[in-house]
Amino acid sequence: MLLSIKNLQAAVEDKQILKGINLQVNAGEVHAIMGPNGSGKSSLASVLAGRENYEVTGGEVLFDGKDLLELSPEDRAREGLFLAFQYPVEIPGVSNINFLRTALNEIRAYHNQPPLEAKEFLKLTRENQKLVEFDAKLTNRSLNEGFSGGEKKRNEIFQLAMLNPKLSILDETDSGLDIDALRIVANGVNKLRSEKNAFIVITHYQRLLEYIVPDFVHVLYDGRIVKSGTKELALELEEKGYDWIKEPVTSESI
Amino acid sequence: MITTTSLYDQLISFYNNTAGSGQQWLSDLRSRAFEAFSTQGFPTTKNEEWRFTNIAAFLKEDYSLQPGAATLQDIKKSNGIPSFDAHEIVLKNGMLNEDVNIRGITVTPFRAALKDDRLKSYLSKYISLEKNAFAALNTALFQNGVVIETAKNIIADKPLHLIHVYNAEDPVFVNPRILVIANKGSKTEVVESIYVKGKSPLFINNVTEAYIAENARLDQYYLQTTAPNVRLVNFTQCVQSSDSLYNNYTYTLPGADFVRNTLHLDLNGTNTESHLYGLYLTGANQLVDNHTSVHHLFPNCMSNELYKGVLMDNSRAVFNGKIYVHQDAQKTNAFQQNNNMLLSNKAVIDSKPQLEIFADDVKCSHGSTVGSFNNEALFYLKARGIGEIAARNLLVNAFAFDVTNKIQIPAVREYVEKLITKKMSEAYDYQ
Repeated sequence: MLLSIKNLQAAVEDKQILKGINLQVNAGEVHAIMGPNGSGKSSLASVLAGRENYEVTGGEVLFDGKDLLELSPEDRAREGLFLAFQYPVEIPGVSNINFLRTALNEIRAYHNQPPLEAKEFLKLTRENQKLVEFDAKLTNRSLNEGFSGGEKKRNEIFQLAMLNPKLSILDETDSGLDIDALRIVANGVNKLRSEKNAFIVITHYQRLLEYIVPDFVHVLYDGRIVKSGTKELALELEEKGYDWIKEPVTSESI
Repeated sequence: MITTTSLYDQLISFYNNTAGSGQQWLSDLRSRAFEAFSTQGFPTTKNEEWRFTNIAAFLKEDYSLQPGAATLQDIKKSNGIPSFDAHEIVLKNGMLNEDVNIRGITVTPFRAALKDDRLKSYLSKYISLEKNAFAALNTALFQNGVVIETAKNIIADKPLHLIHVYNAEDPVFVNPRILVIANKGSKTEVVESIYVKGKSPLFINNVTEAYIAENARLDQYYLQTTAPNVRLVNFTQCVQSSDSLYNNYTYTLPGADFVRNTLHLDLNGTNTESHLYGLYLTGANQLVDNHTSVHHLFPNCMSNELYKGVLMDNSRAVFNGKIYVHQDAQKTNAFQQNNNMLLSNKAVIDSKPQLEIFADDVKCSHGSTVGSFNNEALFYLKARGIGEIAARNLLVNAFAFDVTNKIQIPAVREYVEKLITKKMSEAYDYQ
């Protein structure tokens, strides 16, 4: 098992956001997490990546057998966890390429590997640029500075390709993308899918799942996974909306 | 007035022993300068220009005005700037001992240059001695330093690297003087760095004057990273004639306990362009003060100033930038920006941008910001496997980028960028 989440609970400033999440992800699988706004989808991604303002109040997360919650954000990344940000940050003055080289070499150092030779790094960069259709001109620019929404999301997938993580969490990577950009992002992900890695795709819309076909679909509502199923569940949600999901939970809690 | 009796008395007797020699115009100037200094005394925090900068503690030492011999022992090649191809000019305690041969550029020891009456029209011509005690003191006492003159239409083939070497085996107070004359149509780059031997207090009271004639260009780089025992007061008076370009790069990094840079720029002709870039990365108990003033006196001139500060540990920094747009200076473009990052709870910045406009058809702006790390950016970098220290280094270099990427000499740029990373990792907040 690559990821095992048991009864995960988390709060922000005393407000309980995650109220007992259970989720198992094996290598080779793609899991979609859907749900209405404010249900806790992005919070789950943030807690897994180690964002500081979240306080874990209960439960456990094992990542490749290690206690994930004990690790610093950078060590989670070094262990092979990748979060594609919903809102990638613009950092003027840090070049995309320098950032990637630093990241890659810090991850390698963690695994006692020597830094990548300049030539190898360049080769890897070229290959992955092509794979995810990332404009070479953007690689030398400042990190995300002045990038369009689509370019930023593509840059997330480009980074994903470069760092080659075991588990990738795509946090609403599709939001704000036109259909062409969405197709490019999805194609990139599909090319990177393998028996050795896994993806958690967080989305509000079923549209993305036409391109990245999930093995499992989970519905998150009010900090819990209230329904799980196969890709057909996504279609059902598209048709019926989220209201039918909400009812049983609310009545249960009363 | 600070009455550090021993230093003040010494300065007076030193003056009485050295003055009076040389031409009449020079002894008149020195006498006027000394009068200006003794009337003002060393500045205290009651003086508006020194409000945030208390220098009393730095003057208390038992300074001698006669430094011991300075040698080049232990000094690294190019004073530690890797692959920097430049004409090196080494000043030992302000003295130039070797002849320097550069095509189209003369470098003369100040002592010899003073025999030339032509200097009368340059020396302290634009410095307000009555308002600048340190500059007045330097004018009254200085013996050493150099005059650098670039001949008409000469484009220097390489930058000049002025290395100031000092002996601080005993406490010493020095008054070096630099005069740069860039004649019509010339182009000169001068990089200044400091090397200090010995750990006793060294007070450097430097004055630089730069005259940039019509259509000439001068780039001045001050690389200020030395040892804690150094107290540096660096006064620069620059005068630009029509159609000239002046770039000043002032980079202060951890090292000297106290640095005060005063930069006055007089735009004395039309259609001039000036860029003032400053970076202060401060650590330990450093106090770094940058005062600049730009005087727009004629129409159609452009000045652009960007100073960035990164403060660590217990350090303090002061920024004061003034722009005066005089009544005749229509169509002026004047910009000034000061941004600061406070990386420690104990660090303090006092930032004061000032703009005074007496013309009515100008474009001017000024601004000042103080912030810390952008936590979202820090998290983004960490989420890619980059550790805390490397992430902070990246962000500080990124913050400084707007200023460091303006350095036009690649070797100097690389040196400054690497120094930022090195000095940050040495700060005790990071350990």
